[in-house]
Amino acid sequence: MIDELLRPFDYEFFRNGLAVATLAGALCGLIGVYVVLKGMSYIGHGLSHAIFGGFAASALLGVNFILGAGAWGIASALMINGVTRRRLIGSDAAIGVITTASFALGLALVALFGTTGRSFDAALFGSILGVSAGDVALVAAVAVATSGLIFVRYRSLMFTTFDPDVADASGVNTARVDALLMVALAASILATMQVLGVTLIAATLVIPPTVARMLTNSFSRMLAYSTAIGATCGFVGMNLSYHLDVQSGPTIVLVGATLFALVFAVTGARGRRRAGGVTAPLGPMRAND
Amino acid sequence: MSGRELVRLAGVSCRYGSEPVLLDVDLSLNERQFVGVVGPSGSGKTTLLKVVMGTVAHHAGTVHRRTGLRMAYVPQVETVNWSFPITVAECVLMARPGRRVPWASRHERAEVARVLDRLGLDGLGSRHIRELSGGQQQRVFIARALLRGPDLLLMDEPTTGVDVRLRHEVLHLLDDLNAAGLAIVLTTHDLNGIAAHLPRLVCLNRSVIGAGRPQEILTPEVLEQTYGTTMEILEHGGMPVIVDTFHHHDDEHEHPVTKASVER
Repeated sequence: MIDELLRPFDYEFFRNGLAVATLAGALCGLIGVYVVLKGMSYIGHGLSHAIFGGFAASALLGVNFILGAGAWGIASALMINGVTRRRLIGSDAAIGVITTASFALGLALVALFGTTGRSFDAALFGSILGVSAGDVALVAAVAVATSGLIFVRYRSLMFTTFDPDVADASGVNTARVDALLMVALAASILATMQVLGVTLIAATLVIPPTVARMLTNSFSRMLAYSTAIGATCGFVGMNLSYHLDVQSGPTIVLVGATLFALVFAVTGARGRRRAGGVTAPLGPMRAND
Repeated sequence: MSGRELVRLAGVSCRYGSEPVLLDVDLSLNERQFVGVVGPSGSGKTTLLKVVMGTVAHHAGTVHRRTGLRMAYVPQVETVNWSFPITVAECVLMARPGRRVPWASRHERAEVARVLDRLGLDGLGSRHIRELSGGQQQRVFIARALLRGPDLLLMDEPTTGVDVRLRHEVLHLLDDLNAAGLAIVLTTHDLNGIAAHLPRLVCLNRSVIGAGRPQEILTPEVLEQTYGTTMEILEHGGMPVIVDTFHHHDDEHEHPVTKASVER
C-alpha cells in the first residue's frame, strides 16, 4: 500500500509536478485572499483567459511564452485595475469586457494562423507532463516575490482591501498598491497555468480563501490558513491525479471543493455567516455628497 | 494663514465629471474648533471633507493646509464592510500603514492598548469588529483615527442610523476629545440632535450658505436657502429647535411637521 502510494515519486516529472502544484496552491491561496475580499473572484477566471490570448499570440509570433503571455496578462490586469478605480463601471464588468476580448483575440489568432509548438489543450486544462525544473523554479520565484510583496506591504494591502477611501486619506498610495497586487496576480496565474490550466485557476484562487474565511475572523490567520489550504489541495490533488489517472487541474479543484463542503458542514451557521460576507463589497460612497 | 488656522479653503470649486459639487467655497478651520457641516443629501458635505483631506481634486480655488498638519478620517459606519475578517486590534493598527513588517512593534501594541483603553474598548482587541455593539463599533474607527495622532479629525455622518443613547455617547466622546485639544469637523443630517449642540456650524448646499454659532445661523432664511424648504425655528432652553413645515396643496396655511406627526 505504502509502496503504491510512493511509487509516483520515482518519476522526475511527478516530483516536478507535485512541487509546482503545492507551490501553485499555496501561491493562489495567498493572493486569493485579496482577490476574494476585494469582491473580484471572477478576476482569476478572466485573467487566465486573457493570458491565454497572450499565449496564442506569443506562440504564433515565436516570442518567449513567459515574456509574451506575461506582458499580455499584466497589461490586462492593469487595464482592469485602471477601469475599476475610475468607478465608471463595476469591477465585474471591467473584468468581463477586457478578459473575454483578450481570450477571443487569442482564439481568433489560432483560427487564422493555426498553432505551433505548445499544446493548447494543456494550457486550457493543465498538465503535469510538461513540467520541467525550470517551471518549478518559475513558480518558486513568483511565490517568493509575491510573499515578499505581501510581507513588506502587509498593512497597506490590508488597508486598501478593507477601506480604500480611508487608506487613501491616510497616506497610502492605493493606486500603486492595487497595481502591485494586479501584477502579482497576473504573474501568479501565468506561472501556475501549466499545472492548473486556464479554466480551473479561478477555483484555486477562490476556494482556499473562502474555506479559510469560514475558519477565522482574523485577517492574518486567514492569510495563513488560505495558503496552507491551497498547498494541501495542490499536494493531495496531485497525488490523487496520478492514482486516479485524471488530469491534475480538475483533481486539485475537486479536492478543494470537497474540503469546502466539509468545512461548510462542520462549521455550521457560524462558518456560513462568515463566508456569506466574504466577498461583500464596501457600501457605496455617495459620489456627490 | 493665521497662527491658529489649520486649513483654509478659498474659492474652491469641485466637480465629478461635468457635475459641479462644490462652488466657490470659502472656509477656515482653526485649532480646537468643533464644526458641524449640515446640508441636504447631495450638497457636497462628504466632498468637502475629501477636499480638506486632499483626496479629491478641486478645479478652482486654493486649499492651504498648515505645514505638518496631521488629519484623520472616520468614515460612515454604513460604508464599512462588517464581514471583512478583521479584529479590533488589526483595524486600529491600520492607522500605521507604513510599517514594513506585518506584526506590531512593542511600542505600537502599547499605543493600541492605550487608545483602546481611552475609548473604553480595553480587552476587545481580539474580537471581530462585527461582534461589538453599535457604540463600540463607532469607537473602533475613532480609535484608528486617534492612533494617527491627528490635529484635525474629520468624521462623515458619525451618528447616522444610531439611537438617541448612542448619539449622546458619541457626542460626549467627541466633546471630551475636543476639550483635550483636538479640532473636529463632522457632517450630519441631524439638525436638532447634533448640529444645534455644536459650537460652530457650516450650512452647505454646494456653496457655503452660512457659517457661525448655531444660534446665529439657524434661521428660517439660511435653512430655506440650504434645504430649499421652509422651516420654523423654536427655542427651548436657549437652544434652537428646527421644525419642518410644509404646504398642503389645498391649504393656504403652513403646518409644522413634528417627528410625532410624521410617525402617526
